[in-house]
Amino acid sequence: MPFETLLAICLAYVVLMFVVAFAADRAAARGHVRWLDHPLVYTLSLSVYCSAWTFYGAVGYASRSGLEFLTIYLGPTLVFTGAWWGLRRLVRVARMHHVTSVADLVSARFGKSNRLAALVTLIAIIASTPYIALQLKSVSLSFEVFATDTPAAPIINGATLGGTAGWVAAGLALFTILFGTRNLAADERHHGVVTAIALEAVVKLLAFLALGVFVVWGLADGPADIMARIARAAEAPENAEGWLLRADRWTVLNIVAAAAILTLPRMFQVMVVEAADEERLTIAGWAFPAYLFAMSLFVMPIAVMGRELLPAGANPDLYVLTLPASQGQDMLAMLVFLGGFSAATSMVVVCAIAVATMVSNHWLVPLWLAMRKTPGGETTDLRGFVLNARRLAILAVMAAGWVYHQASEGSAALAAMGLVAFVGMAQVLPAMIGGLLWRGANRKGAYAGIGTGFVLWMALIFLPSIGLGGDLPVAAGMDPWALAVFLSLSANTLAFIAVSIFGFPDPVERLQGLSFVSAIEPIRHSRMTRSDDRAEPLLAMARRVWGPEEALRFFQAEARAQGKSGYLPDLTPRFLTRLERRLGGSIGSATAHAMIDRVAGGIALTVSDLLQVADEAQRAKEETQRLENARAELAVTARRLREANDKLTALSVQKDAFLSQISHELRTPMTSVRAFSEILKDPSLTPEERTRFAGIIHDEAGRLTRLLDDLLHLSVLESGRAQLSISVANLHDLINRALSAASATRPERSFLIDRDPSSEHLGIVTDADRLLQVLINVISNARKYCDAERPVLILRVRNLEAEGVIIDIIDNGSGIDSGRQTLIFEKFARLNDPARAGGAGLGLAICREIMAALGGDISYLPGQGGAAFRIRLPKRPPVGTAASGSSAA
Amino acid sequence: MPDKPLFLERASFHRRRLGDAARVLPVLSALLVLLPVWWAPALVSFAGGVLWFFLLWAGLILAVWALHRALLRAEAATIRASEAVAAGQSHPGTGAQSHPAQGDARRNAGDSPDAL
Amino acid sequence: MAMDILMIEDEPNIAEAVRFILTREGWQIGLHDDGAGGIEAITQQRPRLVILDLMLPNRSGAEILGDLRAADDPDLAATPVLMLTARGETAEAGQQADAVLAKPFANEELRAIVRQMLG
Repeated sequence: MPFETLLAICLAYVVLMFVVAFAADRAAARGHVRWLDHPLVYTLSLSVYCSAWTFYGAVGYASRSGLEFLTIYLGPTLVFTGAWWGLRRLVRVARMHHVTSVADLVSARFGKSNRLAALVTLIAIIASTPYIALQLKSVSLSFEVFATDTPAAPIINGATLGGTAGWVAAGLALFTILFGTRNLAADERHHGVVTAIALEAVVKLLAFLALGVFVVWGLADGPADIMARIARAAEAPENAEGWLLRADRWTVLNIVAAAAILTLPRMFQVMVVEAADEERLTIAGWAFPAYLFAMSLFVMPIAVMGRELLPAGANPDLYVLTLPASQGQDMLAMLVFLGGFSAATSMVVVCAIAVATMVSNHWLVPLWLAMRKTPGGETTDLRGFVLNARRLAILAVMAAGWVYHQASEGSAALAAMGLVAFVGMAQVLPAMIGGLLWRGANRKGAYAGIGTGFVLWMALIFLPSIGLGGDLPVAAGMDPWALAVFLSLSANTLAFIAVSIFGFPDPVERLQGLSFVSAIEPIRHSRMTRSDDRAEPLLAMARRVWGPEEALRFFQAEARAQGKSGYLPDLTPRFLTRLERRLGGSIGSATAHAMIDRVAGGIALTVSDLLQVADEAQRAKEETQRLENARAELAVTARRLREANDKLTALSVQKDAFLSQISHELRTPMTSVRAFSEILKDPSLTPEERTRFAGIIHDEAGRLTRLLDDLLHLSVLESGRAQLSISVANLHDLINRALSAASATRPERSFLIDRDPSSEHLGIVTDADRLLQVLINVISNARKYCDAERPVLILRVRNLEAEGVIIDIIDNGSGIDSGRQTLIFEKFARLNDPARAGGAGLGLAICREIMAALGGDISYLPGQGGAAFRIRLPKRPPVGTAASGSSAA
Repeated sequence: MPDKPLFLERASFHRRRLGDAARVLPVLSALLVLLPVWWAPALVSFAGGVLWFFLLWAGLILAVWALHRALLRAEAATIRASEAVAAGQSHPGTGAQSHPAQGDARRNAGDSPDAL
Repeated sequence: MAMDILMIEDEPNIAEAVRFILTREGWQIGLHDDGAGGIEAITQQRPRLVILDLMLPNRSGAEILGDLRAADDPDLAATPVLMLTARGETAEAGQQADAVLAKPFANEELRAIVRQMLG
């Protein structure tokens, strides 16, 4: 096959993956997640376990060591036979805590310690880099196989092959950044990536099965013949020795593979982080072992036939490619090539996402936060930083893999590199399992265990694998590699248990331990200041992580759950817990914990608090739970009633105040009118005085008229008798008119207007004049009250599917303090306000009534760094008023 | 509770036994995978091993599938049964059935001071 | 001191009307237009009569009146005060004031009250 054709097919395949990922992301964004969330897609995504090491390496492994290759797939199968009570629980607990990676899980369990997570991250990087290099190598090797088959072979020299790996790494980095760092959702799920991987899983399975069928029934004479050939191959003297299973290696390898399925960053990513819930494991529990079964079934036949049919010097790691190619089966070879390509790329993409998440959450973000000591005050966009940190980490991971690949050109066999990575990550297993099952496990123990395991792994396994240091001196009959693995894992476990027994966990850790071991919802128990003024800084912080929309939505929903209106919930332990876990889903639990502490004030957790919480939690049986729920519901209802009652009381007080205020507002201009008209009767006045006094009377009469107009307007709006004249208008034009009309207010102040005209060109169906009145009012208010030295007015328009058109008008002044935010829409709210330049204080009350008549609303947005108003306009005006408007016309 | 209807007890008993099976299965399968290699490596290393491991593997997959199906059904049955019991309790009149309800009420009353 | 009357009123047109009316009667009248600093203005200028608006920005007329009556200097504390109010109810506002006049008022009413108070 010509190199160019191969390249073209490859590129077409890559484009297909981009399209699939893009389509899946779009579907997810629109909320069509039903088929994306199907357990089958989940099961297929688990197949990132079968990397290029499986696809190419298993046959090589089998031809060197016989059935030993099975351990890599039997180990995970053993884990999945315990899916019902083991994996489901792991996923449930991890999702409960919004865990973002295996490092985050360990850190969250052991008292939200970021240093522990940073250590696990370090292991993950050291283990993953050669593993990624291995995938790049497999792709460039498979290119080489096709290239030597073509007449154009001579021009494909080493440099261009090294280039192949480089191009692949660059392309994969692009894909990963595009679909892996699109957003910083509160839960780290990537529908596009997962769907593309599921498709690649199908391709690699089909390719391998097609090759197997061809080998068993095309090259050999069916299963019986293959079995006979296997028996015959086993009689060869070198195989009788090499293929004989060794019990120590067999056991250790099964354990290591079982550990790998739980701890490898990419496996944790697809199995735990990307899982929508734990119920899909009831399907995956048998379906994933079945996938592994299918991938392993033909390994032995291919190895045996490759040995028989291919020249003695052929590389067994490439039998899957060279076997069909040598038989002239170009299409089959092409399919196999795509299968291997799929295996390598899916592993690299998921591994890069997983490791990059760890690096950004546990290295870069904490470092950045530590360098700037005051996270509450500044307005920096943390979200952008995290995303960029992740992009940077992805590039770094890819680059490291590529550099390693270039440096170790053709040194180690494929299988060795994979196993080294497995054993490295397996060092996290004792702390992970212990943390889930044993409440006594503590952070010092985890440090001791992981640290010991890490050092032994480096010294006995990792360094020897890259040619530094030698094997262990062992007694004859022992396998040095199996002994090294056994030593590192058992020293790790012993250190973990021993130090845990003698250590004493701190309160946060005990709380987390209880939550993990009993699989119950954790409660952040803190003596957080009761004052509500901390809610606004928390909102500002959440906004920096999630962006304004998401943060406001979360805060509003939480406030509603408490029975409160508005955007600022009470700082109950429940709310703080939920906020912390959602933040943890974006930036890791340790960082989220630290940030909330810093913004909302430190926590003082004493042992008696802890005991109280622990007792409460342990009694969280169904009965108590039900009572709790009923009480919570009652509390919400009571709160609503209280709010309604307060409102009614306030209304009656307001009515009296309103009458007295109207009286004041009417009497004031009347006083001038009456006094000056009497003065005008005096014949001794000069003509100048006469003109001046007449002018004053005229002005004050105008003021009276305006006030009466406003009152009338308001009463019509409030009674719902307003007649709207509905038309289609361009929002951009309306905003232009509003800006120029409002510029008459305090014309000496020049505002910097920050707006995005392209988003404003929207055709809206509404009463344009009334909407204009609202816009003018809000913008004039901003001009009047914004006290910034360099005043800025931000206008943002968004057209949302569900909510309609949203217009945010934000200035950079000092805003309105939270106590007065609900008052400003009341009539005469500004009565005692020194700056009430001539108005009566009815403006925002009228705005509120107008927006209600138009079917939308106007609200104050807290935590935007200035006074901020949100005007929401529905897609269509309410039917009743629209009808009355048209009947009036 | 002596008055609890028999079928709820049978349903939850069935479910618990299935739960036990789910816990035993990994241990059993680990033994089946590991022990033959310790006892008779020569027997399971070559063509015989191919047969043994792949048949065992297929058996495990089927076992997990059947177990998960049975567990899901047993859970559904337990929920149905407890709903039926709850419906029976809310029916007024029969003295025998009002007993458990009173017991529950007592337990609630006993628990609530702790919860508050 | 030449000052007869100090008026504390934030509505410029009303202040101008009152000043015009009372100046024609031959009294010297000073003006302060904010609740803040009202008591200091009275202390400094020592008028024979204070005309005080009830609704003032920053500090209400009633509060200023309270400050005045609580002053250490007995002469100052006894300064006669005429309270102007645009609210309907005059009774509670004028408890400590020597006289209360509701807005709007007839000019003759104002002149008569001031004349009587300055005696």
